[in-house]
Amino acid sequence: MVSALTNSHHTSNVVVLLLVLGGLWLGWRVKRNEPWHDALADAFRRGPTAWCVLGLYVLVALADSVAWKGGVSAAAPDQVARFEAKSLLDRAVGGKTEKSYSAPLATREFARDRPLVRPGTHLLGTDKLGRDVLFVTLKGARVALLVGGFTSLIAIPLALLFGVLAGYFGKWIDDGVFFVMSTLASMPSVLLLVAMITALPRGTIWVCVALGVTSWVGFCRLARGETFKLRELDYVNAARALGASHARIIVRHILPNLLHLVLIRFVLLFSALVLSEAVLSWLNIGVDGSWGQMVAQAKNELSRDPIVWWNVAGATVGLVGLLLSINVVGDTIRDALDPRTRGDRA
Amino acid sequence: MTSLLEVEGLTTSFPAGARSVAVVDGISFSLAAGEVLALVGESGCGKSMTALSVMRLVPRPGQVAAKRLWLDGKELLALSVPQMRRVRGSSVAMIFQEPMTSLNPVIRVGWQVMESVLLHESVSKRAARARALDLFRRVGIPDPNHRLDAFPHQLSGGLKQRVMIAMALATHPKLLIADEPTTALDVTIQAQILELLREVQRESDTAILLITHDLGVVNELADRIAVMYAGKVAEQGSRMDVLKNPSHPYTKGLLRAIPALARKGERLYEITGTVPAPRDFPRGCRFCTRCPEAFEPCAERVPEATTVGPAHEAYCHALGTPPVGPSERSHEQRP
Repeated sequence: MVSALTNSHHTSNVVVLLLVLGGLWLGWRVKRNEPWHDALADAFRRGPTAWCVLGLYVLVALADSVAWKGGVSAAAPDQVARFEAKSLLDRAVGGKTEKSYSAPLATREFARDRPLVRPGTHLLGTDKLGRDVLFVTLKGARVALLVGGFTSLIAIPLALLFGVLAGYFGKWIDDGVFFVMSTLASMPSVLLLVAMITALPRGTIWVCVALGVTSWVGFCRLARGETFKLRELDYVNAARALGASHARIIVRHILPNLLHLVLIRFVLLFSALVLSEAVLSWLNIGVDGSWGQMVAQAKNELSRDPIVWWNVAGATVGLVGLLLSINVVGDTIRDALDPRTRGDRA
Repeated sequence: MTSLLEVEGLTTSFPAGARSVAVVDGISFSLAAGEVLALVGESGCGKSMTALSVMRLVPRPGQVAAKRLWLDGKELLALSVPQMRRVRGSSVAMIFQEPMTSLNPVIRVGWQVMESVLLHESVSKRAARARALDLFRRVGIPDPNHRLDAFPHQLSGGLKQRVMIAMALATHPKLLIADEPTTALDVTIQAQILELLREVQRESDTAILLITHDLGVVNELADRIAVMYAGKVAEQGSRMDVLKNPSHPYTKGLLRAIPALARKGERLYEITGTVPAPRDFPRGCRFCTRCPEAFEPCAERVPEATTVGPAHEAYCHALGTPPVGPSERSHEQRP
C-alpha cells in the first residue's frame, strides 16, 4: 500500500500544501480576469452536481494525502501511528478494520457464519483481507487523482512543447516531431505501456511517466494544428511587425490562445488515464491501492456462491463517479468556452 | 530633400515549381520624412507585398531582393534578423487592414500597447502603462483609463483601429505603414481614422506609406501617389498631378471608374477583366491585356519611365514615342 510518494509523508504534505496554494492563486487570478471568471461560473451553472462530486473526490484525496505520525489524542493513543504516518482519512474513517470477511452491513462473517466484532458498521462490507471496502474505495480516490493529475502534468506540457514548436517553426522540426508522433501512434499503446513499465523501476511515479510518454501524441497533434492556424493570424503578424521575438510570440500570443484546448484536453486525458491505469492494474502492473487493483483482486471472488459483489461494486462506483463527474465537468467547460453554445448566457 | 525610405528595384518573388514568380517586380519609390505616399491599385497588384517587403515580413518561401532598401540611413536587407527585429516597431510600424483580427483576443488591449513599448525600451511596467494611457488619449479613445483593461471583443471596430494606431505609435516610429487602414470600417469611422492619421502625421512628422484601393482616401491624405499594377509601378507623382492629370491608361481607368453624381444615370466605367495571376503576367507592358490604348510594342517591350511633368512619371509606350503633351491626348479624364 506504500507508493513512492508516500514513502515520505513530508513530501506528500508539501505537495498538498503547494496544490492548495496553487489552487487558491489560480482562483484569485480567475476572479480578477472576468472572461475566465464568467466562463467558469457559467460552466459551474451548467452542471453544479458534477462539479460538487468532483470537488468531493478532490477533498477525499487531499484528506488522504496529509499525513503525520503520532496519536490522535493522549486518551486514545494509536499504536501504529506512533511509528507510521497516517493520513487524515486514515484517522477519520480507518481504524475500524477487523480481520474478517463480511457482506455490507452484515452482522455475521461471510461463509463462516461467526458473529462480527462490529456488527453492521461496514457499509460496504470487508474484503478477503479484512479491510473495510468503503475505506479502501475512498483511499483509491487519491491514487486515481494522482495518476490522472500527475500524468497529465507530464503529457500536456510535453504535447504543448512539441506541438507548438512543430506548428510554429515547421520545416525539419515539424518533420521530426511528426515522425516521433507517427511512430508512437503506430504502436499498440497497451503493449508499449507494458514494455515501458517492465523496463522502468517500480513505483507510482514511473507508472505515471510511462502513461505520460504514451499519451501525449493526440494532444500534440491538436496543438500543432492549432498553432499552424494561429501562426498565420493577423495579430501574430501584428506582433511580428512590432518586432516581437519568436519566444515572445509563442509565450504571449500562441500559448494563451491554446489555453481553452489545454483545459478541455486535460479533462479528457485525465479520465482516459484513470481508465488506462485500471487496465494496467488488471494486468498486475498498475499502481498499488488503485480501483483497478481492487477489481483485479476481487475478480475471482465474483465466482463464489453467494456472489461477493461488494468489492467490485466499491471500485466501480468510485471509478464511474469520478469519470462521469469529470466528463460532465469537461462538457460544461467546453460549452461555456464555445461561443456557439454560449447564447443562453445572461 | 533627404529621403527617409528609399526603395530601388525592389523585387519580391515566390518559387513556383522550377522557376520563381515575382509578385513585386523591380519597383522604386522614395518617401521623405513627414510625407504621405499612397500606393494605389486593385487587389493583387502587390501593394501589401511591397509593404511586407519593406518590413522584411514576407511570408515564407518569398524572397526579397532590392538594389537599395534604405530606411533612415540603414540598408534593411543587410541587417541581421535580431537587428531587423529592433527596427520593426521602433523605426517602422504597421497598421493592419482588419482591426477585428489584429488584436490578440485573450489579452487586454492596454497590455498589447504596453508590449510594444516594453519591446523596444527598457522602462518599468508602470511607465509603460502611463505611456499607453497617453497614447489612448492621443488617439482619441474615450474613457482611456478604463479602456486599457478592456479585451478586444469589448471594443468597436473603430476603437480597435485606434488601439492598433496607438500600438503602432507607441515607440514614435519615423515611418508608419498603413495597409488599408479604413477598409474594414464604416464611412463615418473611416473619416475619423483618416483625420487621426493626418493629425499624427502633422504632429510628430511621421511619414506614412498608405496602401489603399480607395481613391477617396488617397485624396484625403496623400502627398504623393504611386499607382501599382501587377507588381510594377504604373505611374507616380504628386497627388494633384496624378489625380488631375493621369497619364497612364490604368490610372485613367481607375479614376473613370469612380461613381460621380455628375454622371448620374450613365453606365459606370469599368476596366475589363482582372489582374492576371503573377505567373501569367504579360511579357511587355503588364497592362496591355486590359488596356484600351494598347498598340504593337505594348505586348513585346516593357515600357520605360516617361516624365510627364515635374516629379511625375508614367510607364507607358503611348507616352514615349512620339512625345505628346498630356493635353493633346484623347482619353483625358477629369476625376
